[in-house]
Amino acid sequence: MMMKKSMRILLSGFLVLLVAVFLLMVEQDKAQNGMLLSVLEKGVILAVVAVAMNLLNGFTGLFSLGQAGFMAIGAYTTAILLIPVDAVDSVYYMNGINPGIKAFKTLLESAPGAVQMAYPYLALIVGGLMGALFAALIGIPVLRLKSDYLAVATLGFSEIIRAILSSPQMDTITNGSYGLNKIPGFSSILITFIIAGVCIGLMALLIRSTYGRAFKAIREDEIAAEAMGINLFRHKELSFVVSSFFTAIAGGMLAMFMRSIEAKTFSITLTYDILLIVVIGGLGSITGSVIGALLVTASKEWWLRFFDTPLSIGGISIPLFRPGFRMVVFSVLLMVVVLFYRRGLMGDREFSWDGLYGLIKRLIKRQRPSKGGAA
Amino acid sequence: MSFSTLIQHCLTGISLGGAYALIAIGYTMVYGILRLINFAHGEIFMMAGYFMIFSMASFPWPISVTITIAGTILLGVAIERAAYKPLRSAPRMSIMISAIGVSYLLQNLATYLFSALPQSYPEIPILKKIFQIGAVSASLVTFITPVLTILLVYALVMLINHSKIGMAMRAVSKDFETSALMGIKINNVISMTFVIGSFLAAVGSILYFTDRMSVTPFSGTLPGLKCFVAAVFGGIGSIPGAVVGGFVIGVCETALVALGYSTFSDAFTFVLLIVMLLFRPTGLFGEKNIDKV
Amino acid sequence: MGNHVLRLENLTMQFGGVVAVNDLSLHIDEGEIVALIGPNGAGKTTAFNMITGVYAPTNGAIYFHDEMIVSNHPQGKMRQNYQGSHPEKFPQVLVKTPDQITKLGVARTFQNIRLFKSLSVFENVLIAKHMHSHANVFSATFRLNAREERQQRQETMELLRILGLENLKDEVASSLPYGQQRRLEIARALATQPTLLLLDEPAAGMNPQETDELTAFIRQIQKDFHLTVFIIEHHMDLVMEISNRIYVLDFGQTIAQGTPEEIQNNPRVVEAYLGVPEDAED
Repeated sequence: MMMKKSMRILLSGFLVLLVAVFLLMVEQDKAQNGMLLSVLEKGVILAVVAVAMNLLNGFTGLFSLGQAGFMAIGAYTTAILLIPVDAVDSVYYMNGINPGIKAFKTLLESAPGAVQMAYPYLALIVGGLMGALFAALIGIPVLRLKSDYLAVATLGFSEIIRAILSSPQMDTITNGSYGLNKIPGFSSILITFIIAGVCIGLMALLIRSTYGRAFKAIREDEIAAEAMGINLFRHKELSFVVSSFFTAIAGGMLAMFMRSIEAKTFSITLTYDILLIVVIGGLGSITGSVIGALLVTASKEWWLRFFDTPLSIGGISIPLFRPGFRMVVFSVLLMVVVLFYRRGLMGDREFSWDGLYGLIKRLIKRQRPSKGGAA
Repeated sequence: MSFSTLIQHCLTGISLGGAYALIAIGYTMVYGILRLINFAHGEIFMMAGYFMIFSMASFPWPISVTITIAGTILLGVAIERAAYKPLRSAPRMSIMISAIGVSYLLQNLATYLFSALPQSYPEIPILKKIFQIGAVSASLVTFITPVLTILLVYALVMLINHSKIGMAMRAVSKDFETSALMGIKINNVISMTFVIGSFLAAVGSILYFTDRMSVTPFSGTLPGLKCFVAAVFGGIGSIPGAVVGGFVIGVCETALVALGYSTFSDAFTFVLLIVMLLFRPTGLFGEKNIDKV
Repeated sequence: MGNHVLRLENLTMQFGGVVAVNDLSLHIDEGEIVALIGPNGAGKTTAFNMITGVYAPTNGAIYFHDEMIVSNHPQGKMRQNYQGSHPEKFPQVLVKTPDQITKLGVARTFQNIRLFKSLSVFENVLIAKHMHSHANVFSATFRLNAREERQQRQETMELLRILGLENLKDEVASSLPYGQQRRLEIARALATQPTLLLLDEPAAGMNPQETDELTAFIRQIQKDFHLTVFIIEHHMDLVMEISNRIYVLDFGQTIAQGTPEEIQNNPRVVEAYLGVPEDAED
């Protein structure tokens, strides 16, 4: 039995409202809820990257491992655009900033108020476009490759991007190996959530459009997809560019969240972290990636923290618990998912109100006979 | 640059290339048989470094080397049994993700057990002995690495071409299913592949780290990827190809460092990979495959 | 030269040193059902792969509605190793990708069924409509193409209904029984709105009753969709009943052509299929 469409929209609207109210309440007491806030913000940013990765890996079947590189492009572009002119000299204290960039930034700061208001969003979009541009160029040679070669080639590109960003030749633009700091962030976590929501929503709409179906066809069988009149290269490139656009935007958001970035932040490990989120959430499930991102971030940065602090029960200290143990537990959990629950949390299904309704109904049905038996 | 410094750099490059070649063989053999990029191979190499550090703490070097090699082989085979064997019929992406998972696990495990700080690598006195030829001076390990590499590769090629297990390996790499039908014990062949790969990684690790002096939980990642590139460059599945690839990357990387572009020495490897895949996707010695429709 | 739907001229395909198809020339006219038969490994599927752009031929040309769509001659290393005939006849190099050829109106099915396995029957067919969509990424994402999308969904339902698959529309493709999978593959090919349909062993693995049904089915769609059909098949009952003309391929070469009656009585065909009698061999 299906719910009415209006009912589903009502429920979704209610959920959004609930999240917004919850966020505003949490934000009332920043000091008290610092950990919760930072987990939520980082989680939702990673959710954008995870969905973008899923668009490529889960829906188009392209095993790409270049996420960290595209995040770096977005993060650096956004950061360079956003660092206030006053702070520039202290950020680039070693090598100075490229005078062209400084002049451009000074010009921007004299712009009218409305532009200033929109500026952070524009910076994110410019970052995204930079990511998309690089993806379009990289895609031309790389997307012709077969699955595992593609993985290594994209991983390689990500490393090349990182090497370029931190090279001495780029000192006056990216501040080389010193990284960038004093990046202004958003005033409220609500804004981060809205941007992330819009990004994920757009990708979801794309996946459910005629182009999304073409992507899935390529994932299922390239030769059959081609025989259906789908141009392989054009669609792969499209998926790659769109995915990289949103990955770069998320990179920019991450820069704004962390306030300071360096090339090391965007190493292969970051890509692996995101892959793990996608796998735990389920390859081919958007909601799975979102839930995965929040769960993984929360458990990595918060819930499993206690594994890293020495623990003693009844005066006997347990020798296992010391820094680093959390990550071991985490990676073992991951291997368990990979080996025994290959479909992850959601498999390739999506959350839907109908699905939830059905689940609740089944749970109630299962409860009833047991109650009757007890009486 | 004087002639003697040039020779010096060449020696360093060839020596590094030898170590890379040994690791690259591990990638090429596993890929040849399982069609899997064993992302964990770099971490196996890193763990071999730690095995050496801890065995040298209480044993003389010949025993330590034996322990290191035995430990690395055990680790390699255990990984195959635990993380790859259960996924044999799964889609290729799953196995690749499992390999990445193992490499993630080993990194985190090493960080937990040995801390993320660099641990100094023990010296094997003989290997560190300095030789002076004219204006060129180098430790013995620099000379031994390429020689040992060639000897090991020769032995391996003999094994593959002239032994029963070698024949089985060649058969499995050509056609997995048919070999199984012909009564070849696939699992034994795969285990043997991991034994050989891990053995060479352990030897490579000793030679590599003796020159570098310290090990961290992340010192396997980049060399691992570079060696995979070496294997692709030489033509995946081809052992001589992996060796040539290893030497090429080792020499080029050293040359870049010597010329002052050390930030790009890592990136160079990947440029090489992409150029190779574009112009000759089968690598130097690879065979061409035609997709059946 | 009349109005041929498809014409192959001296088509040759050489893989390394193996000549899979050698000097194949044939033509198919509007509304015909033409069969390509021959023993296993004769090069039939390779011929289909050249027509649909999966392989570029080593030599020869393909015309579709009298327009050249593919043309090639031995190049590079192949120039020395080429073992086929007429190497100098095709100076022009024209190669099209499979999607371009599908867009021209050539649809195909595959010998070893290639459905989008984990997608539903409905999605399998709907995907074939993608190439007719006028939407770009933005209009598709923002649902500005809602009318077109609705129309494509309606057309897909209509097609499924005509082909008797509407009850299965939400089933996952891989869960269908074998015969239905074959039928779905044909449905998917029809959704691309072809004028020429290539069927690669559509009756493979079917029992006589299913084969009879398929025979009627092919005839039906040929009429309803105004198709020209080119078919590879081993079931001789089907071939002889359905085809207007037959080409016989052996070791990459055409050894006979003609109406079903002519082919049945051709000694070379019998020889190719059954082998030369033992006493005649020595």
